[in-house]
Amino acid sequence: MNIWEKMMDIDRRWIYLLVGICVLIPLIRPVGLPTFTTPYTQALFDYIDKIPPDGPAILISFDFDPATAPELLPMAQAILRHCFFKDINVLCLGLYPTYIGMIDMALSNVKDDYEAKSGEDFVFLPYVPGVTAVMLSIGEDIKRTFGRDYYGVPLDSLPMMRHIRNYDDIALVLSISGTQLPREWAVLVGTTYHVRVGVGTTAVSAAEFYTFLQTGQFVGMLGGLKGAAEYENLIHAKGYTKKDTRKVASMGMDAQSFVHMLMIVLIVIGNIAYFNIRKKKAR
Amino acid sequence: MSYNPWVWFAAFLTLCTFSFLWRDNPFYKFAEHLFVGVSVGYTISILYHNSFMPRVWEPIVTNHQYYVLLPTLLGLLAFAIFFKKISWLIRYPIAFIMGSTCGISIPRSFEGYIFKHTQSTITAISPGLPPFLLISNIIMVIGVITTLLYFYFSLEHKGVMGKVANVGIWYIMLAFGASFGYTVMARVSLLIGRLQFLLHDWLGVIK
Repeated sequence: MNIWEKMMDIDRRWIYLLVGICVLIPLIRPVGLPTFTTPYTQALFDYIDKIPPDGPAILISFDFDPATAPELLPMAQAILRHCFFKDINVLCLGLYPTYIGMIDMALSNVKDDYEAKSGEDFVFLPYVPGVTAVMLSIGEDIKRTFGRDYYGVPLDSLPMMRHIRNYDDIALVLSISGTQLPREWAVLVGTTYHVRVGVGTTAVSAAEFYTFLQTGQFVGMLGGLKGAAEYENLIHAKGYTKKDTRKVASMGMDAQSFVHMLMIVLIVIGNIAYFNIRKKKAR
Repeated sequence: MSYNPWVWFAAFLTLCTFSFLWRDNPFYKFAEHLFVGVSVGYTISILYHNSFMPRVWEPIVTNHQYYVLLPTLLGLLAFAIFFKKISWLIRYPIAFIMGSTCGISIPRSFEGYIFKHTQSTITAISPGLPPFLLISNIIMVIGVITTLLYFYFSLEHKGVMGKVANVGIWYIMLAFGASFGYTVMARVSLLIGRLQFLLHDWLGVIK
């Protein structure tokens, strides 16, 4: 058995160990590799940045649960920071029961930094079953769809909700999701009510959403941890964050780069080994 | 290091889950079963407080809006599946859901998926575009046509058709490559998230 054959027979746990090391080292000793802003992140940032203070609201649909939170929660928090700094009213929505906890977590981490108040700066909408029905019902009347906010306060009594009735009063629907829900928002809501839709998505789903960016059905897109890091950098550069704010996504980008380099090396070695073994067998 | 017992418990569960990388073991099984149980319990609790109480109980019992009984009964028919003699009754709620969803989705899907995307492909190559964008769009349109032809099976993939379909295969392979790259990024992000929790929230060794 030569070295290539031994390599093809390697225990996968060695690979896990290498990946673990490549993530651990840059987290403990950051290198500070640069991250460049992609046009789609910039487009989303610019769109939100141009919304006037206390003008039309943003509806953020937290379409994710803890399984994809490491990628999507930093995104949601960065966008909330942007909105709270600019005094943009935010409606927070979760279309499935397990998504509700993510809204609670994101708001808890951000609202105190900006002294954002429920009912004045943001409204936490409760879970209502029937995904498609909820999306379409908001187009008729938000207050009738939900009745109360998550804390049980009637929506009619909230100052922020005085001027918000349906999608006509919403500047952007932003779906932060690792599922197909952003497509549903674009097709069902964007097409029917002509409201602009943006997306923040996991890296796995990012590739399939590029077509919707090309058609203009999405205003912009944050793709995976890199998208979140780009957005964090944009709001940080504009001075929308406090000095001691943790840039969670940006801190993970060194580790991302290290693991990608490892993957490239492993793929190249694996291919060399494969062709060597095939050559040996052919002899 | 954290003094919060919940952070310690979360760290313990994270390590239990990671132990599967070595091999299947009772610690992993414990974390897995706990996760399933807690998820179901949490979902039931949210459904009870946010859905059953304000949308079924209060309208019927407190507000005497008895018309709410009709959709409630239709929903309850879903449980007929558990009783062999009346299990056929589940067809009614399913038929309602199928009918309404199709009615809502079909016209909008044509508009949002097929018409919009076809229109965008047709108008992608138009005069006046910056040179780089024009080249990108030409490559994209060639990709759309050749990939669609690869999935056209009424002509044998030989001769010109075979060559065109072969170009389509290349486009599909490139798409798979891009998806794989993104998938690696996604999976590594999950690991980064957990390690950040262990190193920052639990051990406090990173900022």
